[in-house]
Amino acid sequence: MTAPKPAAPAAELSDYLLRLGDNGLVLAQRLGEWVGKGPVLEEDIASTNVGLDLLGQARLWLTYAAEVQANSGPPLRSEDDLAFFRDSAEFRNLLLVEQPNGDYADTIARQFLFDQWHVLLLGQLTLSRDERIAGIAAKAVKEVRYHVERSADWVIRLGDGTAASHERMQAAIDALWMYTGEMFAVDATERALIDAGIAADAAALQPTWQSSVQAVLDEATIAIPADPFMQGTGSRGGKQGIHTEHLSRLLAEMQALPRSFPDARW
Amino acid sequence: MSSEWPLWEVFIRSQHGLAHKHVGSLHAPDAEMAIKNARDVYTRRNEGISIWVARSADIHASSPGDRAALFEPANDKVYRHPTFFPMPDEVKHI
Repeated sequence: MTAPKPAAPAAELSDYLLRLGDNGLVLAQRLGEWVGKGPVLEEDIASTNVGLDLLGQARLWLTYAAEVQANSGPPLRSEDDLAFFRDSAEFRNLLLVEQPNGDYADTIARQFLFDQWHVLLLGQLTLSRDERIAGIAAKAVKEVRYHVERSADWVIRLGDGTAASHERMQAAIDALWMYTGEMFAVDATERALIDAGIAADAAALQPTWQSSVQAVLDEATIAIPADPFMQGTGSRGGKQGIHTEHLSRLLAEMQALPRSFPDARW
Repeated sequence: MSSEWPLWEVFIRSQHGLAHKHVGSLHAPDAEMAIKNARDVYTRRNEGISIWVARSADIHASSPGDRAALFEPANDKVYRHPTFFPMPDEVKHI
């Protein structure tokens, strides 16, 4: 007797859910690093709120990932196990979100490039044939529409602000641009799920993303870098577990407590 | 940096009320950002459905020193208070 064939191959689905969850988890951790250090009190609270939104979304994705993994056999893991007991090579987040906070222009630029992609991706995922994915995406996209508005607003304010703020925002976009190609690189894992109607076709989002980003950067008087070099494409990036050096340090801080005291409770 | 930003007073209309109520103040460079900041600082737990912001400098207040002259004479004129009318149950939002 054989079990009914699952709608999607569990290994691919689990990997895709980790990609979605790890993006939120890692970026939330980065935004959390600003707590108590924001440029003004109001920004401190606002960027932490965005981080908390992303963390809430990450929990939903990772809980689902843990369930999918459990259904395909041991080891049994929970969302917490996935967050705190995986090493950097097992993380599936984009290289963009693990980049250090830098100055506030760097943080805003990273958020802006990600938000513009995130909102398009979630919009597509609301149409997923996997009802659980569609449901989580519908919940998350409402929050992310606000993130998009906020980060674009700051890109314009800093880019079209003073000479110093313009220079920093341009430097931030220049430095982070090479990590944007990975967002639209579809590998075999994603291809299988796209064909099954479960994953969003990220490559198809690129033209819309490019024109939205261009419109904001034009208003911000910021130029898109001419160099076409992209990191992490060709199935050798964060989505495949090949990360920059920054992720290990981020995880060391995030995971220190549960790894030192595995049974710790609040 | 924040010392250069003007202060704004924030008013939130709650889920069940008709009136906007003063909830606090914050710093922001302009009205648009003041509303965004107010959303983040004051409405994260379903507190409201509408936000007003006003520059603190544009609000004119009565002087605490005038309190006796302005408000105390009302206390000894009991007929000014609508306490002698039964309130029908149908009347809402009082």
